[in-house]
Amino acid sequence: MSPFDASPLSPSGGAHVRSVVDEFHGDLLEVSMGPHHPSTHGVFRMIVTLDGERIVKLKPVLGYLHRNHEKIGESTSYLGSMPYTDRLDYLNAMTNNWAYALAVERLGGLAVPERAEYLRVILAELSRLQNHVCLAGFLLQDTGASGTPLMYAFREREKILELFESLSGSRMMCNFQRFGGCRTDASSEWLGQVSSLVNGFGAFLDEFEELITGNEILMARTQGVGVMKGPAAVSAGITGPMLRACGVGYDIRKVDAYGIYPRFTFRVPIGSHGDTYDRYMIRILEMRESIGILQQALRDIPAGPIMDPKAKLRGFRPKPGESYGRIEGPKGEIGFYLISDGSANPYRYRVRPPSFVNLTLLEDLCLGHTIADSVVILGSIDIVLGEVDR
Amino acid sequence: MEPLEQICSRLLARFPGAEVSVLPNPGPAAQHSLLVGRASVREIAEFLRDDPLLRLDYCSNATGVDWPEKVIVDVTKVTTPDPAGGPPKVSEVKTERLQPGYLEVVYHLYSMELRHGPVVLRTRTVNRTDQASVPSLTPVWRSAEFQEREIFDLFGVVFEGHPDLRRILMWDGFKDHPMRRDYVEPEDYEWEPTPHGDLVEKAKRARPPVKGGEPVA
Amino acid sequence: MLGTGLLQGLAVTAKNFAGSFHDPKRLTTVEYPEKKSVIPEAFRNFPFLVSENAEDPMGTLRCVACQICEKECPPQCIYIEKSKDKKPDASGKMQIYPAVFRIDSSVCMNCQICVEVCPFDAIKMDHVYEIATSERFETLLLDRHDLAKPNSYFHQIRPLEAAEVDGRLTAERKAAEEKAKAAALAKAALAAKPAAPAPAAPPKPPEQA
Repeated sequence: MSPFDASPLSPSGGAHVRSVVDEFHGDLLEVSMGPHHPSTHGVFRMIVTLDGERIVKLKPVLGYLHRNHEKIGESTSYLGSMPYTDRLDYLNAMTNNWAYALAVERLGGLAVPERAEYLRVILAELSRLQNHVCLAGFLLQDTGASGTPLMYAFREREKILELFESLSGSRMMCNFQRFGGCRTDASSEWLGQVSSLVNGFGAFLDEFEELITGNEILMARTQGVGVMKGPAAVSAGITGPMLRACGVGYDIRKVDAYGIYPRFTFRVPIGSHGDTYDRYMIRILEMRESIGILQQALRDIPAGPIMDPKAKLRGFRPKPGESYGRIEGPKGEIGFYLISDGSANPYRYRVRPPSFVNLTLLEDLCLGHTIADSVVILGSIDIVLGEVDR
Repeated sequence: MEPLEQICSRLLARFPGAEVSVLPNPGPAAQHSLLVGRASVREIAEFLRDDPLLRLDYCSNATGVDWPEKVIVDVTKVTTPDPAGGPPKVSEVKTERLQPGYLEVVYHLYSMELRHGPVVLRTRTVNRTDQASVPSLTPVWRSAEFQEREIFDLFGVVFEGHPDLRRILMWDGFKDHPMRRDYVEPEDYEWEPTPHGDLVEKAKRARPPVKGGEPVA
Repeated sequence: MLGTGLLQGLAVTAKNFAGSFHDPKRLTTVEYPEKKSVIPEAFRNFPFLVSENAEDPMGTLRCVACQICEKECPPQCIYIEKSKDKKPDASGKMQIYPAVFRIDSSVCMNCQICVEVCPFDAIKMDHVYEIATSERFETLLLDRHDLAKPNSYFHQIRPLEAAEVDGRLTAERKAAEEKAKAAALAKAALAAKPAAPAPAAPPKPPEQA
């Protein structure tokens, strides 16, 4: 066993820092960051080997929130798994619901009415807004901007969550999509509230950017930190804003054209450096594009039914077969892979979580940086442990 | 993107000895998959990644599926001519055969460069016990690194050539693979009042009632 | 110039600080225990059982113990035992009622699937949120006495939905009554035709309030 082989559970049970000797670097220090550390966005652990203050090795340790979500999905009916998907990426229940509904609709060959498609787009883009604004707040908190930007972000996020609550009944655990449509219809007052929020969101973004984007300390902390190259990112399956920040213009809304996204005109922001600052900026720019999508969707939303008349709520038994459905979630590609054997429960239920795969390159991004930078880099990946550990 | 049959025939032309076939998906999704033998999966994966027409440079999803052994009943109709000259007798003969279990690894491949996909690539282990190994595709697509570790952890598929094959979600000392169909959960939880009879029974087995101690319903 | 970004940001903070004294848009929080924010009608937190009558909640539960919600509940937190006897429901039909109806609220995840699958509008989501208890086991296992709440309460928390449900139920009951009447008439006519003595009309169950 080489001195670098870190055991995920420290044998002493309490000692989290130990020194390891490496013949090339001399004395190294092994630090266990997390699982209970405010910078790790949950119960996530990094075993970091330090040479002075530089990171020479970093091993992520996951699974503290593991509850075998997939096994639960296989012992629950198709409908029963829907509320569990809320709890994957608990910031974005709406997009998780949509991805799961999409996979099941493909499995069962269900169509979705127009109005429900529009509602899905509106809710997914609202979800993207609140996720990105949250992330901007968390990332700035990680760089040391304690409180202020995060609280500004949360003020705005809360307005979106209140809209979710008045439509679906819950701020975060929405459980809103159904196979072949949506659960409840949105009233015109609700759509009016969304409209006024969307129209005011641009002003908030302007204020937020004025607050922090040009801040010299932020630039010094994030520019050139955690640089990721395009080919490496593609190979490592990085998706979402992380991927686009390093110059690969891959957005599933454009590529798969699922739902009714081809009807909207929007641009896909692309970064050029692939560093943490780009990852921050991509999110801000994506929010501005989301505002445009929302305005178009709110303008065009038709009246009509919100459920496919063929769809059944109970006793849904798709024919044997399999399907993979994926959408562009705020964190990247969220996909569901389902195998049906004709019974009421899926034979195989698999979640392809974006944050989990995006962690693949964490070590590569952090090597050579200081431990304080690793916190910023982890913050810019945007992980939610409910989804990483499942 | 070219149809899967064409990819399959191109692969067979390029790798003559390889076991490649198209596995149809009967459901409405119609995402058919490419079933590749263990021996050649690494070369075929590299070919799929580098071929200029396909350029499947992005492995989106890697997952395992457990197919335990099952008894398949084959019904064959046997016609026996009636010696008296009447109509021939038709009788059904049922033969049972044991289909061996295996673990399957499924990869969903897309091309970020050419923006197409998915191509579903599947490969299978020999059995679920001592020969549960397939070559790792992490050297081809790095995104399989954590996902293959997860499959190893939860299904027990051993990936040959994986750079860092350790458990990822369960802890190191954990035995067994919880995503297998025949996994039995250990009865090691605490007693809680629950409305469900079977849970109460289980809890009683896990912690038998003691006099003057724990109140057990 | 180095530092302009910093100063710009500080100006925004100052503006917000000053605004927080007078601008209602920048005053977003509520002093919780003294003041409470308005809950939207759709808000859901823990299910309750609807009873028709506040005086006799156990006798007028809409639930007929069909056990659909028990089967569909994703975390399996509902436990129902059917009654051996039957009781008349609101429309006077003899129905089975739940002898035991328990919800383990420490397991319930407020997903509303029980409400959606219930064909009798008997279970609805509540608006309660101040439900902390100091005892973990017995008080979180709710039985039907804890769960039953009158229809008037349902009207109070969800006026729109309750009005819709009531309208639908009244129409259904009326239709069922007319159908029963028509069936009884037809039966009587059929029985009158042959010279046999007409059977007495079935005793009508007592009307419920």
